Amino acid sequence: MLRITPAPHIFSKVSVKRIMWSVVWALTPALVYSIYIFGIRVLFLLFLSIASAMGSEFLFEKITKRKITIMDGSAVITGFLILFNISPNSPWWFPVVGSTFSILIAKQLFGGIGYNIFNPALIGRAFLMASWPKLMTGNWVPPKSGTLSGLPSQFLDGISQATPLTLLKVNPTSSVVESLNSTYMIKSLFFGKVGGCVGETSALLLLVGALYLFIMRIADWRISLGYIGSIFALSGIFYFSGLTPVNPLFHILSGGVMLGGLFMATDPVTSPVTLKGRWIFGIGGGLICVLIRIWGGYPEGVSYSILIMNMFVPLLDRISERKIFGR
Amino acid sequence: MKLLTFRGGIHPPSYKEKTKDCRIKRIPIPDFLYIYLSQHTGTPSSPIIEKGVEVKIGQKIATLGGKLSSALHSPVNGVYEGIVTHPHPLGGRKEAMKIRVLKEKDKPFEVTLREDVTSLSKEELIEIIKESGIVGMGGAAFPTYYKLQIPPGNKIKDLIINGVECEPFLTSDYRVMMEYSEEVIKGIDILRRIIEPENVWVAIEDNKLDAFRRLEDAASKFPWIKFALLKTKYPQGSEKQLISAITKREVPEGGLPFSVGAYVQNVGTVFAIYEAVYLGKPLFERVVTVTGSIRHPSNFLTPIGTPLEHLIEVAEGPIGEIAKVINGGPLMGITQATLKTCVTKGTTGILVQSERELKKMEPTPCIRCGACVLVCPMRLLPTELYKYIEKEKWDRVEDLGVLSCMECGSCSYVCPAKIPLTQEIKIAKNKLIKKESK
Repeated sequence: MLRITPAPHIFSKVSVKRIMWSVVWALTPALVYSIYIFGIRVLFLLFLSIASAMGSEFLFEKITKRKITIMDGSAVITGFLILFNISPNSPWWFPVVGSTFSILIAKQLFGGIGYNIFNPALIGRAFLMASWPKLMTGNWVPPKSGTLSGLPSQFLDGISQATPLTLLKVNPTSSVVESLNSTYMIKSLFFGKVGGCVGETSALLLLVGALYLFIMRIADWRISLGYIGSIFALSGIFYFSGLTPVNPLFHILSGGVMLGGLFMATDPVTSPVTLKGRWIFGIGGGLICVLIRIWGGYPEGVSYSILIMNMFVPLLDRISERKIFGR
Repeated sequence: MKLLTFRGGIHPPSYKEKTKDCRIKRIPIPDFLYIYLSQHTGTPSSPIIEKGVEVKIGQKIATLGGKLSSALHSPVNGVYEGIVTHPHPLGGRKEAMKIRVLKEKDKPFEVTLREDVTSLSKEELIEIIKESGIVGMGGAAFPTYYKLQIPPGNKIKDLIINGVECEPFLTSDYRVMMEYSEEVIKGIDILRRIIEPENVWVAIEDNKLDAFRRLEDAASKFPWIKFALLKTKYPQGSEKQLISAITKREVPEGGLPFSVGAYVQNVGTVFAIYEAVYLGKPLFERVVTVTGSIRHPSNFLTPIGTPLEHLIEVAEGPIGEIAKVINGGPLMGITQATLKTCVTKGTTGILVQSERELKKMEPTPCIRCGACVLVCPMRLLPTELYKYIEKEKWDRVEDLGVLSCMECGSCSYVCPAKIPLTQEIKIAKNKLIKKESK
């Protein structure tokens, strides 16, 4: 019996599964380094985070009699990213709650993979932030061979419980600002000698992973460049006009800018499909992030800036439609 | 030389190495030929011979059935057994003229060299092309004489000879360019005399450099022939994309090439024009690439009307169990329901796929990766189209340019969620066309 199928009859090898697992691999260098500087507990938290993401997805799909999709890699990414967004010092139930909330509320209730409008891990993070702000902002541990604030040891008395961004928000004395602007500080941030969330340590390793995704065309570099580039540009303008005391390099390397700009803003499901739309999405997100950092109540603005842009995706897709050939 | 191209497109593996170096080979003729009355765009041809008569090779057996139609000729010495309904490559059964081959009387077509080619007028040349039953051989099978009647007031600026052959697996045009370069150039000269364009371009992809050089050499006496080297990419050979790559002009939505002063003709068609004008040989055979999961992939010179089963047999049969037989290339070709269907004037190749090659693909929800948007050569948004087709919002679907889709298959090829985008868009197009004709 010959088979009758519509054209085409050959297909590219790229599948959703391959895309998702590539993202997992791209996050691995930063993870390995995190285990090295924060200890084996990171691995334990990762296991809990991924298990609860996959577990809650499985249960939801089972109960609602849907196709089981836990092996497509997308739940694994959410588990990864929730861990990357919390402190290595978090209690065991913290990633469990975060991942479960992400999957059930932000992904499955919207219809599962491809239908969610917000990045699930960012919704999870926002939920944890709103419910247990102390655990999200004041529960840090210093990394091996570094300090929590990334500052030289003479600063450590009295302000040892703060990451650089928190310091900037609560205690911007001239000596603190000076050291935040120092080359030493920028290097610490770049190579990962500063305390913070699991995934916000080494900008370098996040870049390595993201570069792989850019080359494989899995993440669109336009979003990342738009996002990080506009943060750099706007904070630069503000730095030179005196609105922010720290230099633009500090801005793009501190907090979640790299993690968010490289791995969360580039989530295909929750970003535009057109190239022009992606530029606007990235640049808009970056601008919002800087505004939150300078005038908002949070030391960090990454997650909300991306979530806000997520809401505009249908609109961006609409306004960035290309001219059809010959029209 | 700068490579020309268009925006979008895909880079599938070429698979051409299977048959690239196989010289064109005449196949042993089958016992019966089935020559469809409808194997071109337009009205079916109408037979002009009686059942039971003996026909000679090259003899005209059917004439044009209307304003837009084509003549048919017998590819063999045989006996006409009347009209039968026979499985058609496009599906279903269609009327065909059945010819029983007289093998004992088999001999090659005797050419009559025409001495006075240069003294023929435009109209005389078009008449020869019409009488020889020539249609577009790149697959569309549009009657060539009709296309050559350019509406008055349309000056053709660029005549483009399409030797791109961008579909994977296919090598029939490539072999024609390699083996008949002088003849192709002479055919181009005839076209130039009919169309009188400002520029004549020969367009070839950069994966066929040897064919490019060969034609360049053959064209040394014709300094007015310009050569355009194009980036190897699918669907580079699509008429609109080719025109935009070479002339930077875009054929308007729903418009025809001559509205931007362009005219495209496939290299195989040009060769057929040469044979008709110089040798008095009508179109009754063509080069067909038989390839894929087959023991002896080849480029066969095949009589029109040859059943596919015969071709597959000549190529020593399939490797493994046949799952699909495709008429045409892997991206736009049509699966055949039976091996009884026959070669037409538009058959560029036969592609055999075995059970082993087929992967089961379950579509999953779109993850909005944008790959289809990036590759669409018409700059459409396949994923958005699909979304609105599912919701049956026809106004929006039309607004998104669904009718501009050329069904090249690029979006389906790249989709990681394995959504049959091309198929859905095609169905929607037909629905809309039906709606509008009501």
